[in-house]
Amino acid sequence: MNVRGIKRLAAWPALATVTMALVLGWPIMAGAAEEKNEPPPVKMNTTADHSKFKELQQTFKSGPEVTKACLSCHTEAAKQVHRTKHWTWEFLNPENNQRLGKKNVLNNFCISISQNYPFCTSCHVGYGWKDKDFDFTSEVNVDCLACHDTTGNYKKAAGKAGHPLYEPLETPPGSGKFTQPPDLSKIAQKVGKTSRDTCGSCHFFGGGGDGVKHGDMDSSLAAPDKELDVHMDASGLDFTCGTCHKTSSHDVPGSRYTPTAIDKGGAQMRGKAEDAKRNPATCNSCHGNAPHKKQDRLNGHATKLACQTCHVPAMARGGVPTKMSWDWSTAGQRDKDGKPITKKDDKNHIIYESRKGDFVLGEKVKPEYRWFNGKVTYTLLGDKVEKGATPVGINMIGGSPNDGKSLIWPMKVMRGKQPFDPVNKTLVMPHTAGNDDIGYWKNLNWEPAIADGMKNVGAPFSGKVDFLSTEMYWPITHMVAPKDKAVACAECHSAKSRLAGLPGIYMPSYSARSWLDLIGWLLAAATLAGVIIHGALRVFLGRKG
Amino acid sequence: MSAHAMQKLYVFKIFERIWHWSQAGLIIFLLITGFEVHGSYANFGFEKAVNYHTIAAWSLVGLWVFAIFWHFTTGEWKQYIPTLAKVDAMAKYYLFGIFVNAPHPFRLTTLKKHNPLQRLAYLGVMLFIGPLIWFTGWFYIFFDKWHAWGWDKYLSLEWVAFFHTIAAFMMLLFLIAHVYLTTTGHTPLAHIKAMITGWEEVEAEETAPVKH
Ligand code: HEM
Repeated sequence: MNVRGIKRLAAWPALATVTMALVLGWPIMAGAAEEKNEPPPVKMNTTADHSKFKELQQTFKSGPEVTKACLSCHTEAAKQVHRTKHWTWEFLNPENNQRLGKKNVLNNFCISISQNYPFCTSCHVGYGWKDKDFDFTSEVNVDCLACHDTTGNYKKAAGKAGHPLYEPLETPPGSGKFTQPPDLSKIAQKVGKTSRDTCGSCHFFGGGGDGVKHGDMDSSLAAPDKELDVHMDASGLDFTCGTCHKTSSHDVPGSRYTPTAIDKGGAQMRGKAEDAKRNPATCNSCHGNAPHKKQDRLNGHATKLACQTCHVPAMARGGVPTKMSWDWSTAGQRDKDGKPITKKDDKNHIIYESRKGDFVLGEKVKPEYRWFNGKVTYTLLGDKVEKGATPVGINMIGGSPNDGKSLIWPMKVMRGKQPFDPVNKTLVMPHTAGNDDIGYWKNLNWEPAIADGMKNVGAPFSGKVDFLSTEMYWPITHMVAPKDKAVACAECHSAKSRLAGLPGIYMPSYSARSWLDLIGWLLAAATLAGVIIHGALRVFLGRKG
Repeated sequence: MSAHAMQKLYVFKIFERIWHWSQAGLIIFLLITGFEVHGSYANFGFEKAVNYHTIAAWSLVGLWVFAIFWHFTTGEWKQYIPTLAKVDAMAKYYLFGIFVNAPHPFRLTTLKKHNPLQRLAYLGVMLFIGPLIWFTGWFYIFFDKWHAWGWDKYLSLEWVAFFHTIAAFMMLLFLIAHVYLTTTGHTPLAHIKAMITGWEEVEAEETAPVKH
């Protein structure tokens, strides 16, 4: 139990009763345990009880102090983390040499991290990345607890560059309500494997809120039922993220920069050298290439369709909506008193905010479908963009029906309008977050916010601001439904096909050519009319004759 | 009605009759399910329509295997040897004579049980529409294996389906015309009755010509 919880308990009048019961009950329970020689009530998935380690039996005043203690035994852990995207937020795509990673890319949610470091880096596996001069070689600044907390009480605070609270914080300011800092000693003594909660504390909240970004990842996956995800089903298979994203040396496999769109390798085998290089998080890596035992026809389908296309029938199915579009161009409105506005829908979800503009939210959204070969190209900061009829691709996906490397994938297509520089014809990185007199969210003034953000990354800015439409592709892979809830045949094999408009496929019941039908049915009708007339003549003339 | 004396002739053997009616049923069922698969309407639902169509298709194939065997062992295949003799007369009969009770230009015997137009039509069905449906249907059935067998390099489902559908339309046209023409016997149900009982009533001229 955390400090906060204990304090709350202390205020509870029933405490006396509880204490009595404990005091009276204790000798009996202890006796029983002795008799049966019961094992201690700890999870037996580890051989080390961290609460018994002297190194952790101390009061930690900060995150880095905890890390120092971790590193005194796990001497190489920080160096391993240093090599990962989770630490560098940088990724050099070997296929096209684009320098990607959160540090470099733009998106059409909160746009970019330039000048917003202390806010964005509350999801960095480190402490203190508050500006572009962060020391990436620091070992004590690796945040072990972000991923290894098992208590659920470790929280990296907003705007603190990855640190948790160390002092009580009045939230909201002036409310008299205080958020207490987490008890780092308790947390450190209970460290363990990663969980849906630890991964989820960042990945469920990408884009600045629950479910905003991915569509197939939100807090409903912390303890999902089978309906929502057959693998993570908390009362069933209970997979953690790490069950599929099988990690070694702290480097978590699975990537949206270089996704595995098609996995022809079949089920992976432990110890097999070539399997070690493959992505362990694909469906095929466990299920193999012909998983449909009874209906071989479906294995046939799987030579064109990603598993997810049928097995993830809709995204955002857990009750948490995802953002489908974000229009920054309408941001900045104020009410008649000059105050920022917030509008909510009937489920109390924000759909307009002066700081951010208009949102379209979606629940149980059918994905869009695209041929996808795993190649992703980003529009980066210096790249020329043109305001026109077609939206600018924040990322552009490769794929075609006949390159032999593509499958049809479900996608969340995030659409929006975002600021750009109409003179230099580039996207821009505004300074949004922060309690200063430049950040857009506080001041609602684009020019200085963008000028500051661009200056920080050394990019030119003309001073002019306009908005253009963008779109961004998010392959859908989580929220795998039970097989009886998979997309049914007729959802594609029908006039209103889910795959409508995709090139390179013939789908009975959807694709037939209309001219053939026209001729066919006309001829049938003519034949029918012919025989009817013939018959009528026979009856008529026959009677007369 | 004809005033000629009528005589009964056993033209359709039991196998032939069973073959005919099960084939008729299967083809109608294949049309119903096939055009649902095609997307022309919703009836069973796509998935069921595909499954039913596949089952019916295999049944029809099986039936045809028996029928071919039967035709060759019994020599009945000769019934379909095409002849152009009297085709024009048949056409003229259907276009004019039939309306004025003109005599049927063809006299049926057990050795010649189809009139020349029938012969041509059935031969067309058996040598063209049938094989077209078979071959495209088989390619269609094994679509899932194309990839494994390397056939997908040479075949396109779009074209297979296209020709299968064309053949299906031709089968539909044939069916309409065929059903209608069964009513052109000496009574509207005469031919149908014959296909059920095996006995066709024919004018007696064949064996004992009557003078006009
Ligand atoms: C009188 C006979 C038949 C008729 C009228 C018929 C009609 C049709 C039609 C209209 C379609 C839809 C085509 C499309 O839009 O793609 C179809 C599909 C199909 N037919 Fe037939 N067909 C017949 C016999 C057969 C036979 C003999 C076979 C197999 C040997 C066969 C196998 C198939 C298959 C596999 C499909 C596709 C079902 C799927 O989507 O998997 N058919 N048929």
